[in-house]
Amino acid sequence: MLLSELKKGDKAVIKKINASGAFKNRLSSMGIVEKESVKLKEYSLAKSTMEIEVAESYVALRFKEARLIEVEKI
Amino acid sequence: MQKLTIALAGQPNVGKSSLINAISSSRLKVGNFSGVTVDKTEVAFKWCDEASCSDYEMSIIDLPGAYSLSDYTIEEKVAKKFIQSDEYDLIVNVVDATNLQRNLLFTAELLESGKKVVVALNMMDEADKEGIKIDEKLLSEILGVTCIKTSASEKSGIDELKSAIVAAYKNDGYTSKVKYSDHIEEEIAKIVDFFKEKKYKKDISYRILAIKLLKEDSETYKMMHDEPIWIELLPLIRASLEHIYIHSDSKDIEQIFRDEHFAFAKGAKMEAMEISSMRAKNFTQKIDNILINKFLGIPLFLFFMWGLFQLTFTLGAIPVDMIDEFFTSIGVASKSVFGEGALGSLIGDGIVPGVGAVIMFLPNIIILFIGIALLETTGYMSRVAFLLDGFFHRFGLHGKSFIPLVTGFGCSVPAYMVARTLKNERERLITLFIIGFMSCGARLPVYVLFVGAFFSQENAGSILFLIYIAGAFFGLVAAKVLKMFVFKGENEPFVMEMPKYRLPSLKLVWHTVYSQAKSYLKKAGTFILAASMLVWFASNYPKDEALTNQYQVQIEHAASPEIQIELQNELKKISLENSYLGKTGYVLEPFFRPLGFDWKMSVAIGTGLAAKEVVVSTMGVLYSLGEDVTEEDQGLMEKIKAEIPFASAISFIVFVMIYLPCLAASMVFVKEAGSWKYLWYLFLFTTTTAWIMSFLVYRAVLIL
Ligand SMILES: Nc1nc2c(ncn2[C@@H]2O[C@H](COP(=O)(O)OP(=O)(O)OP(=O)(O)O)[C@@H](O)[C@H]2O)c(=O)[nH]1
Repeated sequence: MLLSELKKGDKAVIKKINASGAFKNRLSSMGIVEKESVKLKEYSLAKSTMEIEVAESYVALRFKEARLIEVEKI
Repeated sequence: MQKLTIALAGQPNVGKSSLINAISSSRLKVGNFSGVTVDKTEVAFKWCDEASCSDYEMSIIDLPGAYSLSDYTIEEKVAKKFIQSDEYDLIVNVVDATNLQRNLLFTAELLESGKKVVVALNMMDEADKEGIKIDEKLLSEILGVTCIKTSASEKSGIDELKSAIVAAYKNDGYTSKVKYSDHIEEEIAKIVDFFKEKKYKKDISYRILAIKLLKEDSETYKMMHDEPIWIELLPLIRASLEHIYIHSDSKDIEQIFRDEHFAFAKGAKMEAMEISSMRAKNFTQKIDNILINKFLGIPLFLFFMWGLFQLTFTLGAIPVDMIDEFFTSIGVASKSVFGEGALGSLIGDGIVPGVGAVIMFLPNIIILFIGIALLETTGYMSRVAFLLDGFFHRFGLHGKSFIPLVTGFGCSVPAYMVARTLKNERERLITLFIIGFMSCGARLPVYVLFVGAFFSQENAGSILFLIYIAGAFFGLVAAKVLKMFVFKGENEPFVMEMPKYRLPSLKLVWHTVYSQAKSYLKKAGTFILAASMLVWFASNYPKDEALTNQYQVQIEHAASPEIQIELQNELKKISLENSYLGKTGYVLEPFFRPLGFDWKMSVAIGTGLAAKEVVVSTMGVLYSLGEDVTEEDQGLMEKIKAEIPFASAISFIVFVMIYLPCLAASMVFVKEAGSWKYLWYLFLFTTTTAWIMSFLVYRAVLIL
């Protein structure tokens, strides 16, 4: 499934990131890399942005970008 | 005395600025990195190392926060360029001890720059509270560079850090120990051996050079390209890369190395860190449960903003009035000192009000900036972006655009400055371009005058509200248009850290506000001063001595005081008509005629470029009522109602709503946008939009 399909409070492991270049670089410098586990903390009213917990940080991203990240729920 | 230049590098919000403040109480020097509007804070101080008892003159440069050495944001570009330069001797890498893994990823990158590095494990006080234990000896072993525990807020570990800096500086040779997977290490070894065999001479270590070559670092390739060794080296690298590709199942060498760094950072953290409780983290989570709650988040934010603006524009108004009075009295006084002649007029009507206008904004700016600095340093700003991004993103803006835009309703000058919180260049420029659409306080007098003249008392409030809403709406549409046609391109992806909530240090907040206020006074001050002198000149020259004298005689012989005043006003009107400014108004009239403006309205639009309040006083002069009219003036309202057709008036309001904000704002805009060419674009953009909109509205009202 995709990161964008998680529900609030769900935990998942990142399987694959369908991005490259600068964006992928940014994701990994935020700790969002394959095999890491994430937790969906909150999303905004119109479901446009979400906050996830990864390693020791909290990161906000748009649903549009979250659709590029494949995860497996745990 | 030895000179030592230190680059302070680290990810955003790790406490670099706080650390600089803790290290030295010397005055901070704030400037810009060449060519960009990124603040460069520098501090210089003398320090005696007790171990060797030699004196050092240290200068520390605070690099902007960067998540990695990339070109993703302006800050990161600046940091990367500086790290790759030779302008410093040693890197102090500030690391957030409560977020070790992600921070060490950046450390790994820094270690490969080939420079000497000392790591400051900052926020140790917070780490202790969170039950995080770090073995810094072991971590130093793993990284190959000294790690020192510090806390900028408790000022601990500062002397140890200084000693470590000096020790690392004196220690020759490169010590980083970033380790890769075996198959990559093998290839590195092959290339290093080759350099050894060839007894190749280079001022950086063989290992670093080999890694840079394998990473396909373009600078290194350019440098090596002209070396004789290149011919033999190239096949070697090619073979090594092939091997690496086979092992890693990918040909994305950047990605391969990034994964390696990640594994290294994670490994280092696992070994050197232990965690026993999660208390402080829960604190941030508890607050966030409320502040970014789907339903409560936005109302709470709006409430905070409302409070801030109340403070800014009510508390700020008290000194503003005092400053205004002060400068008015100085203006009058200087006229009596320097006489009514050209010099007195230049000082009393040109320079003093010009300087006054600059200083008048200062109280508002300071209060607003304290608020914004608090929002930023507590970590709330990221939450704001999170909450509002969904709406603003549709118009090519960012969640953080909200703050400069709302500030624009008060005054464009601080609004332009606040736009700095936007890190992405394109989003920042779009925001800068549309700030003017948010009707600022200075346009209110114009609206009040026209609405008062043409609408009934009951409707005036709603019409005013409509004007403001329409302005904001045009702004959003304009943002969309700019996004589609000018600042084109894929949307920047939005990946943003939500930092922990932290109590800000007052010193830090004050320092930010102080340096911003100072830079405003310096830059805006000089330009605005020059510009107000220019406007003064254009509205006072050329002088027609004969005509003035003729009027003076008439005024002296006038039968009654009323006639005297009438004659004086007539003189003012004729002088303005004949001045360069008035002539410009005449020249511009054909341009404005399709909008239904007569020459008087054209002149008022022209003087409005200096400041929007001036529109009202210009109309006062042009309709021969003297300069001291206010927007509430019944006489002026009646005159306007009698002389200006309804459709022209509406079209005039629309024009004032959209066209270029005042001179002061334009100067600040140039500074924030980073180039004069943008002012030219802004001028063209706002004037064309204003013209087209006014034209449409004018025609529509005529038809109705
Ligand atoms: N508890 C604690 N808080 C700290 C420490 N150092 C800094 N802070 C706080 O952390 C926040 C960020 O500090 P800054 O000094 O602005 O961080 P910075 O790295 O300069 O940030 P950027 O310039 O945006 O990259 C502020 O609220 C500081 O008060 C520390 O050692 N302990």
